Amino acid sequence: MLIKQKDPILPSEITGESIYKQRRVFMQSALGLAGTLAASNVAALSSLPQEDDSPKYPGPKWLQQQQQQSISPDQFQAKDKLTPYKDVISYNNFYEFGLDKSDPFKRAQNFITDPWQVEISGEVNKPGVYNLEDFVKPHTLQERIYRMRCVEAWSMVIPWVGIPLADVLKRFEPTSKAKYIEFTTLHDPQQMPQQGSLFGTLDWPYVEGLRIDEAMNPLAFLATGVYGQSMPPQNGAPLRLVVPWKYGFKNIKSIVKIRFTEHMPKNTWHKTAPREYGFYANVNPAVDHPRWSQATERRLPSSLFSPNRIETLPFNGYAEEVAHLYKNMDLRKWI
Amino acid sequence: MDLKRKTKQRALWWAIFLSALTPFVLLMIAIVTQNLGADPAKEIVLELGTWAINFLWVTLAITPFRKMFGFNWMLPYRRMMGLYSFFYACLHLLSFATFIVGWDVKILLSELTQRPYAIVGFIAFLLLVPLAVTSTKSMQKRLKKHWLNLHKLVYPIALLSLLHIIWQIRSDFSEALMYGLMLAFLLGYRFFKRKTKKTNKREKAQKLKAANAR
Repeated sequence: MLIKQKDPILPSEITGESIYKQRRVFMQSALGLAGTLAASNVAALSSLPQEDDSPKYPGPKWLQQQQQQSISPDQFQAKDKLTPYKDVISYNNFYEFGLDKSDPFKRAQNFITDPWQVEISGEVNKPGVYNLEDFVKPHTLQERIYRMRCVEAWSMVIPWVGIPLADVLKRFEPTSKAKYIEFTTLHDPQQMPQQGSLFGTLDWPYVEGLRIDEAMNPLAFLATGVYGQSMPPQNGAPLRLVVPWKYGFKNIKSIVKIRFTEHMPKNTWHKTAPREYGFYANVNPAVDHPRWSQATERRLPSSLFSPNRIETLPFNGYAEEVAHLYKNMDLRKWI
Repeated sequence: MDLKRKTKQRALWWAIFLSALTPFVLLMIAIVTQNLGADPAKEIVLELGTWAINFLWVTLAITPFRKMFGFNWMLPYRRMMGLYSFFYACLHLLSFATFIVGWDVKILLSELTQRPYAIVGFIAFLLLVPLAVTSTKSMQKRLKKHWLNLHKLVYPIALLSLLHIIWQIRSDFSEALMYGLMLAFLLGYRFFKRKTKKTNKREKAQKLKAANAR
């Protein structure tokens, strides 16, 4: 459609390439041709349940607009039954806000996540401090339904909204020395009460890392939201990592720094208990945690008379996508 | 007069009995109203285990409190507190087997034989059983001297329970520290008293000897 306009067209009014391409895909799918295409569909995001009176997190305007353009690539939609919204936003491990699963929901509601900046540093050609908006804007948001397996042997199925990590990292042009990526969470004891605890054993800020080939794997994802809206603070707003083939603690929340390094970063849990947590933390039913078995998991929500216990799969069921990354590694040693 | 005192005592008994039951009632309400979040099983098991330990600590606190502050009225409730600890421990174990393990015998056995924190917890529970069984007055009479010796098992039980907490620490030891300090006081008090009692006795004996020698 042509719009008559006398004023010069502002850059912000020009429809981006990714968006008009999506529209083409949308038209094709509307014509019933989508099935013949391996490409992505513009589909309605997993919407929030109407009857649920849990809090909603619409997020900043710019993100809302971008969410409306989201796509849902077929290959990233787990077929498992979704964990209900209210459980996803009220049952969290976010130790900065407390140790109980209900603490983050109780204590993070006033956590300030807008404005937000992300610092890019290390072995890249384009280091700098980026506003979240500029960080996310160049990408088309995607919805991905991933299984999430916590190291504590419970799991959920979550519809994330976000951007492929590889696309983001490539933008900053990593050099040949960039062998690992180190992520850091915000350090702000005023807002994150547990960071001020005298009896904690974790070093703040929380640090996680990936090998560059892991980070560039198509599964690796930077999430900006869940259930078609922005990220609730207790889930790691405004930006968190999602690497579904690894235990949940690798999915670092509320990221403020991304550093490209030559050496393997020291991730927080590994520093605290090296015997129990490694750098890789790939989901592996064959290697138990020293204190409990990893052979099975309880899929949440569990009801009282069915523990909902299921077998844990190697790489959380994503072996086909990622097993090749660890071909010559002894995964008993590299936990 | 005597009747009035009896009614008062009965009222106190009921007040204590019912308040010790409160955590259980609150938990039942939370279950019925589905107020336990995404993982009700874990919440229930944790809550019941916590109260088993709380009542064990209360049981151990009665003697020191009685001696320090002269709260003699407390003594008859020591058995009730101990039995409440056993009550919550039973439910803790039962709910673990039912809600977490789903009575999968293979998983249950491997949990109870391979996980150190589960092993010490289970041993503590097993040791608690004979104490609960012999808690009645008639048993107390029948076992005579042995009763007291048998019930000294409460000390290793408490230590195992503390270990059960410590071995589950993941990132914060404030709770374990709190339980540990309290237990250190409760056991330390007894140790100190026994020592002073012994030295007093020895001194007395020595004095007596000296007096006799003269």
